[in-house]
Amino acid sequence: MTVTHVAKDTERLTMTMTAEYDVAAERAWQLWDDPRQLERWWGPPTYPATFVDHDLRPGARVTYFMTGPSGDQPRGFWDVQEVEPPRRLVVQDGFADETWAPLDAMPSNRMVLEIADREGGGVVMTVTSTFASLETMEQLVAMGMEEGMTLAMGQIDAILAE
Amino acid sequence: MVVDQLSDAEVDRLFHALADATRRDIVRRTVDGEHSVSGLARHYPISLTAVQKHVAVLEEAGLVLKHRHGREQRVIGNHDALRRAQQLLDELDSLWRGRLDRMGALLDEDSRGGTT
Repeated sequence: MTVTHVAKDTERLTMTMTAEYDVAAERAWQLWDDPRQLERWWGPPTYPATFVDHDLRPGARVTYFMTGPSGDQPRGFWDVQEVEPPRRLVVQDGFADETWAPLDAMPSNRMVLEIADREGGGVVMTVTSTFASLETMEQLVAMGMEEGMTLAMGQIDAILAE
Repeated sequence: MVVDQLSDAEVDRLFHALADATRRDIVRRTVDGEHSVSGLARHYPISLTAVQKHVAVLEEAGLVLKHRHGREQRVIGNHDALRRAQQLLDELDSLWRGRLDRMGALLDEDSRGGTT
């Protein structure tokens, strides 16, 4: 059974996803290292991903496209920065145009994968995303929690629902 | 794509508009009520013209609404746009929950077929 947790850290402006799996670190690493396995989880069911170039070495660019229900094929890439099998992977994740050139206007983020052994067996997989442009979104949400803020974001929803 | 409520251009404008501390502060001040541009300008050590430019960027991104009241330009936060921003984060949250679950399902397949 997968235990998952997603936390938005409004101070560090990151989103941290944690899951626990009853497998060895080497097996968990394969989920990222084997493109055929990666394809089975990266894209949502409505947007399955196909990895074109996949070489987890620092400096390499991993490329993929997703296929949407209407046949649209958005492209994405990872610029691989750090690789320490089976423990750690750091990539810059972004969207690309038809020539695989990064789309600067679209949000890209730094993604850090960490696989740690769990006491008593299994692993804890942690994926931390730091958003270059989404962080401002996170700050906006954080503002709703700041002291002195008249309206929390949740209250805004309530007002909108009136 | 994942965020199908917004076009790429809209997302871009939203991010750009929120990438500045003064603009975020303007959003925060105007979300709970209307403010005049000149009133807002008193909160920042920048010129009225600079504040007007910030308001224009926010207006273009749809984060604030502007209207004229007598001789004053008045600004109010756009709750719909803020809600979209929140939605964007929620989408991301559910995208990753889905990914982690799919990884779990893949690993479960091993244990079912692994003994043969």
